[in-house]
Amino acid sequence: MDVVAKPGSTPPAAPRKLFTVLDLDGRVDPESDPKLDAALVKRIYEAMVRTRLVDARLLKLQRQGRIGFHVGSEGEEAAIIASTAALRDDDWIFPCYREWGAALYRGFSLQAYIDNMYGNGNDVVKGRQMPDHIVATGVKFGSITAPIGTQITQAVGFAWAAQRKREAIVTASYFGDGATSSNDFHAGMNFAGVYQVPTLFLLRNNGWAISVPTEQQTHSRTFADKGLGYGVTAMRVDGNDALAVYSVTRSAVERALRGEGPTLIELVTYRAGAHSSSDDPSAYRVNLEVDEAARRDPLRRLRAYLERHHAYSAADQVALEERVQAELNVCIERAEAAPAPSIESMFEDVFEELPPHLREQRDECVNGPRAKRH
Amino acid sequence: MSQMTMVGAINSALRHEMGVDERVVVLGEDVGKLGGVFRVTAGLQQQFGRERVIDTPLSETGIIGTAIGMALNGLRPVPEIQFADFIYPAVDQLINEAAKYRYRTSGEQTCPMVVRVPVGGGIRGGHYHSQSPETIFVHTAGLKVVCPSNPYDAKGLLLASIRDNDPVLFFEPKRVYRALKMDVPEEEYLVPLSSAKVVREGEHVTVVAWGAMLLEALAAAEEVRSEGVNAEVIDLRTLWPLDLDTVVESVHKTGRLVIVHEAARACGLGAEMVAQICEKAFLHLEAPPKRVTGWDTPFPYTLENEYLPLAHRIVPALLETVRF
Repeated sequence: MDVVAKPGSTPPAAPRKLFTVLDLDGRVDPESDPKLDAALVKRIYEAMVRTRLVDARLLKLQRQGRIGFHVGSEGEEAAIIASTAALRDDDWIFPCYREWGAALYRGFSLQAYIDNMYGNGNDVVKGRQMPDHIVATGVKFGSITAPIGTQITQAVGFAWAAQRKREAIVTASYFGDGATSSNDFHAGMNFAGVYQVPTLFLLRNNGWAISVPTEQQTHSRTFADKGLGYGVTAMRVDGNDALAVYSVTRSAVERALRGEGPTLIELVTYRAGAHSSSDDPSAYRVNLEVDEAARRDPLRRLRAYLERHHAYSAADQVALEERVQAELNVCIERAEAAPAPSIESMFEDVFEELPPHLREQRDECVNGPRAKRH
Repeated sequence: MSQMTMVGAINSALRHEMGVDERVVVLGEDVGKLGGVFRVTAGLQQQFGRERVIDTPLSETGIIGTAIGMALNGLRPVPEIQFADFIYPAVDQLINEAAKYRYRTSGEQTCPMVVRVPVGGGIRGGHYHSQSPETIFVHTAGLKVVCPSNPYDAKGLLLASIRDNDPVLFFEPKRVYRALKMDVPEEEYLVPLSSAKVVREGEHVTVVAWGAMLLEALAAAEEVRSEGVNAEVIDLRTLWPLDLDTVVESVHKTGRLVIVHEAARACGLGAEMVAQICEKAFLHLEAPPKRVTGWDTPFPYTLENEYLPLAHRIVPALLETVRF
């Protein structure tokens, strides 16, 4: 494991090779094999496939004008799902906007997620945010925010409070490589380092912050190197290798629970799709790079592993895909039939109680002219 | 009951609430061992320990971001921003995060916290130790904004703010911190949020002020008595959500309105109040409402008493309004 920095000890001269378990054909390195239960690996794989199929369908819906927006995670499913799988159910996730697949993995219903994509009256956040900006406290998945990095300090504060309350939990913030340039990455790493807060910084290095490549994001040799400056233990792992991601994340959870402080994990992956449905990557990157990334695709690798070691079959795959598509069809149909949120709901939840000025504005809006379209 | 300055009263409120509510934690730059640069948190770390009174690294976004995380996990953080002038690095966390949690999660997650912020001029602090940025937060949906003018209200409002389930920006006028002492109960009492107070009754003109300028408004009201003018002075106390009813009622009586604030004039809270009074009490007005405010310049060092809307500027405004 590539440990870059460890508080209280001399940092090792960092070998910057990635921690990996699986090769590109799904063969396991026996030295690093976490020997996960077959059912768990299958669950992770199925969630990764489900995430990709949901992604593809949502992109189509967006292109058809049926939903307004979508942030996909194609190519990053192992970094997202396998790391979440390595957390315990009580550990809180502070996501960026690309980790909705983690909420689904934890049991947030696909219907609730699809309702959010439509911003309809059944949406958990009442159509108040763009699609993909969900919250799922039932599965300890925090509110998704668009400003980059703000969830990082919040995850530190949440874990810090847990420490004070003697709750044996950790928090995990997810963010992309672009977020390492944000104020809150710096503040979060620094605070967590100083106070040895039980938190994980899950840095998905997917190569791109919209159109800006990693080499224009930092002059550090690796993002994991940044741990050194904060005295925060850092690891670098192949983010397209689900078993390696699981293994490293799990070890960081255990470190935090032993009181050994925070860990920065650089999950080296690749954003195979666009930044979002509003983005066109052909304006800034070449197909060659995308083709090379496809060779390292996390789904292909984990499927090869399952086929090689656990008798996963083509029929299993077909059944899985059919199941997800059928589930999606039902959810989409229901979401499209749902009513819009009420006009009144726009004024609720600004404060715990509705103050006089909002009561007046609500009445003015409800009794006033309606917009031509929503 | 004992005689307290505003510094003492706020300290008393924090000490009380930390004693009765395990969830309350204080964090910020220098708030622990030193007790804050204004000594508002003096002695709290000694009494409640380093886990509950936390000296943080020097980062406002770090202070507010981690405080939000603590609030999400059931604590009642009371972070301190050392000077209002230094709050801007935390504005993303305050405006986009703390203020929006309840709304963007439909109440699944809330962010009850009180951000204590020394505010305002009159201490020879120049541009970076004198600003009054309250309107930025008034303009932000989801935040409550409080500003006491005296030790008694400071304690009662702070206790009410900590017990409120919404995020509160609690602005403490530095000029008043040690300017006066008054009787403050040792035990707990609440001054409800969104309740303005008529602190001086009069029938000729209504003066609305808050924080350090309340004292100036009162001084001006005394001064114009010799001219036969009896001014009614309202201490706004909570800047948002507004208690407009108290102001409207007073304007019904006086027909005249003067608003005093340290913040710059353009888009200051005075502008919003004038607009609302025009909407709600237009036919009662007998003179144009007037604003006596800081100028639309940066806050100056040497000439700060020319910048501030002190009594010498409020007096002519009252007379002009009454004689319109």
